[in-house]
Amino acid sequence: MTTDTAVTTPPPARTENYLRSSYGIKSWLLTLDHKRIGILYLVMTTVFFVIGGVFATLIRLELLTPQADVVEASTYNKLFTMHGVAMIFFFLIPAVPAVLGNFILPIQIGARDVAFPKINLLSWYCFMVGGTLATVAIVMGGVDTGWTFYTPYSSTYSSFYVPLALTGVFINGFSSILTGVNFLTTVHKMRAPGMTWFRLPLFIWAHYATSIIMILGTPVVAITLLLVALENVFGIGIFNPDLGGDPILFQHMFWFYSHPAVYIMIVPGFGVISEVIACFARKRIYGYSFVAFSSLAIAFLGFLVWGHHMFTTGQSMYASMVFSFLSFLIAVPTAVKIFNWTATLYKSSVSMECPMYYAMGFIGLFLIGGLTGLFLATIAVDIHLHDTYFVVAHFHFVMVGGMVMAYLAGLHFWWPKITGRTYSEGWAKVGAVLIFFGFNLTFLPQFVLGYLGMPRRYHVYPEEFQILNVMSTAGATILAAGYAVVFVYLGLSLFMNRKASPNPWGAKGLEWEISSPPGLHNFPATPIVTKEAYAYEKDDVTPADPGVSDEGLQIPQEEHTEA
Amino acid sequence: MSDNFPLFPEQASTFAWQVDYLYFLLLALSAFFAVAIFFFLVLFSFKYRRRSEDERPRPSEDSIAMEVTWSIIPLILSLAVFALGAGVFFRMYRAPENAIDIYVVGKQWMWKVQHPEGKREINELHVPVNQPVRLTLASEDVIHAFSVPAFRIKRDVVPGRYNTMWFEATKAGEYRLFCAEYCGTQHSGMTGRVVVMEQDEFQNWLSGGASGETMVEAGARQFQQLGCETCHKESGQGRGPKLSGVYGHTVELTTGQEVVADEDYLRSSILDPGSQVVVGYKPIMPTFQGQLSEETLMQIISYLQSLE
Ligand code: HEC
Ligand SMILES: [Cu+2]
Ligand SMILES: [Cu+2]
Repeated sequence: MTTDTAVTTPPPARTENYLRSSYGIKSWLLTLDHKRIGILYLVMTTVFFVIGGVFATLIRLELLTPQADVVEASTYNKLFTMHGVAMIFFFLIPAVPAVLGNFILPIQIGARDVAFPKINLLSWYCFMVGGTLATVAIVMGGVDTGWTFYTPYSSTYSSFYVPLALTGVFINGFSSILTGVNFLTTVHKMRAPGMTWFRLPLFIWAHYATSIIMILGTPVVAITLLLVALENVFGIGIFNPDLGGDPILFQHMFWFYSHPAVYIMIVPGFGVISEVIACFARKRIYGYSFVAFSSLAIAFLGFLVWGHHMFTTGQSMYASMVFSFLSFLIAVPTAVKIFNWTATLYKSSVSMECPMYYAMGFIGLFLIGGLTGLFLATIAVDIHLHDTYFVVAHFHFVMVGGMVMAYLAGLHFWWPKITGRTYSEGWAKVGAVLIFFGFNLTFLPQFVLGYLGMPRRYHVYPEEFQILNVMSTAGATILAAGYAVVFVYLGLSLFMNRKASPNPWGAKGLEWEISSPPGLHNFPATPIVTKEAYAYEKDDVTPADPGVSDEGLQIPQEEHTEA
Repeated sequence: MSDNFPLFPEQASTFAWQVDYLYFLLLALSAFFAVAIFFFLVLFSFKYRRRSEDERPRPSEDSIAMEVTWSIIPLILSLAVFALGAGVFFRMYRAPENAIDIYVVGKQWMWKVQHPEGKREINELHVPVNQPVRLTLASEDVIHAFSVPAFRIKRDVVPGRYNTMWFEATKAGEYRLFCAEYCGTQHSGMTGRVVVMEQDEFQNWLSGGASGETMVEAGARQFQQLGCETCHKESGQGRGPKLSGVYGHTVELTTGQEVVADEDYLRSSILDPGSQVVVGYKPIMPTFQGQLSEETLMQIISYLQSLE
């Protein structure tokens, strides 16, 4: 443990921690505590991750051979659709913001809760209702449109369960919107005294940017899905050319949300990585304000590039060129982040503990994901690569190599804080290494497959693609084993009595100033912040650390909610 | 078609090398940045590994110069790649004047091809080598995509409109044809082959077999059978406008708009006449939506195109 952690001596009147403050199912399902809502999200997103993972396993099994052997064509189509729907809408989008964001964000800014605790709970119920409808659609008959729901296939030629699944995704969208509204308000209104904008941890900046995208983007996809459902049920011609509609309009509307949604998934992950790197390098993130603003730049530019998914649709040539150009611009803020993280390590003090394994894995994999994005932004190359396995590999590098690695980094980093327990560091490293190598073996061959021209969503494929597919399936097996290891030791840690100290990593940030797990109201008294974020370096040894102060006792929540 | 473990698709069109050259450029750039970042990550985490628990690094100053440098370098490189990619795309977009036309219809789950000379094929496309070919694509149902990896080209086949694409094959042989846009149950079965033939061989192939009726002849027959002729008279005296010389020229509509009559205009004039009414005429033309297959429609349109 470090000398200057100034882990403020446990407050005199100890409140029960949030896990013990009340018991019983009702105390969870009706909780207004942001920490418990975070846990509710943790449980449910994990369930969807497992469901999506089972579908992925079946897909990889089927692709082991060129012929159809494990499942038939219609089942296969349902598998990749449901894999995408479960993973994207019910895991990737909510995981970092709704789990880690919900839990950590209010604490990091020194607040007692989010601005609107009831709305926070409502968002979880939207998620649950949406998730249930989607699950019912899966169980009853399945949906085979692909997670992109392209018209007119989804609106005319597909099964009755499509509108049901769409309704699920639609309702789930509100959970994103509500979370976004909550975070924005919380960051604006509930920062502790002294927590100025430029003292905010980058995790907060990232969630701020993400919230903006959630609020501006999600309504568009909600409207789009509603229109598809209307066309599907009432036969109103919007996207179906036979009824005078335009199928390409759907793609414009869908990607207007779904490209920014990529950033809903990844930007919070950037925030996690900044926290982890600062802690394990014991250094302020290099170029703090550039990293902060690059998140906002990405959020903004992200809304202007949707047409890069449509280069082959026959959209006007000049539109394609503009979309290509803007897509290249996004490379800049993204590169800035990677350079700054790398530069943070310069003359730092690096300790390779488990969260840092994931953070390093993140940088490597996300870098490859980002660079291959440039291939796809190059119009002429995209014409060849569009709808092939190259795209599949690219977005798995960004989403799984990037977002999931960041999520795991954050989960391991804050696990002691969230649960009050420590996990086995040795097994954690085994898990991280398995995941890293398994991931690469799964998805690197898919880049080659894609350049060779193997289209995505193919149930059977020409023989010359088999060896690469076998490699991919082998990698997926290792990847699955890696995830299983993580499940087991994190699960076990809950039952073993290895208590975590308030600040096991010697980290800075208000969340590390309080007990693990936090008390019901987070802080015994409103903290007063006097320092920049990440005050790790030498001249900070002075006792004036950001700390819990007894003065100015006030309860921010009462001041600002429902005023 | 190729051996068992290819890493690279065959180069069989004039675009192939251009796309490959961009691809290698991108690979080189990516490799450079990836290796550089990995190198520094490994170097720093080893060189500056924590040696004692209470080690505290010195603070470092942010440097604006540094940030600007590493923003500008990727910016310039990206813009360069953008320009190169857009340049190749520009050539992909417009077919040259001397391209021959072939008509393709995608439907769940097959490709139907018509040559102007009347020859038809299913899930196969025969083309001559070293000759630009322009494909006009239509779909009977959902969106498909016509993809030939060896040519590095792909175009969506969208219901309700025509898309076109072109290529020039450079090597005789057989190449895979895929449907790249997910289109339902048998999507992965919607494959076929493109057969590139020497020019004289292709001419032989074209004239062999089949009904002998060209697309224009078939279109003229349909034009008569469907009763188009009753309104659209050669003399110009009918209730509808004379159709010779319409294709490729500007048409004035009752809305005051002027449009160039291309394939898509002809298409919607037939399927949805009310949407574009020619100035000086009443909107009395019946709609033919749902009565014509995409193939018949293509024949009628080639007939209209042939009218000088
Ligand atoms: C009942 C008479 C009638 C019949 C039958 C008819 N048309 Fe027409 N057509 C018209 C009239 C009147 C117009 C001009 C008003 C308009 O644009 O709708 C027209 C316009 C057109 C145009 C646009 C011409 C231009 O100058 O821009 C095309 C192309 C066309 N018809 C093709 C066809 C074809 C092909 C058929 C048969 C499948 C057909 N029409 C049958 C009456 C008819
Ligand atoms: Cu995108
Ligand atoms: Cu298809």
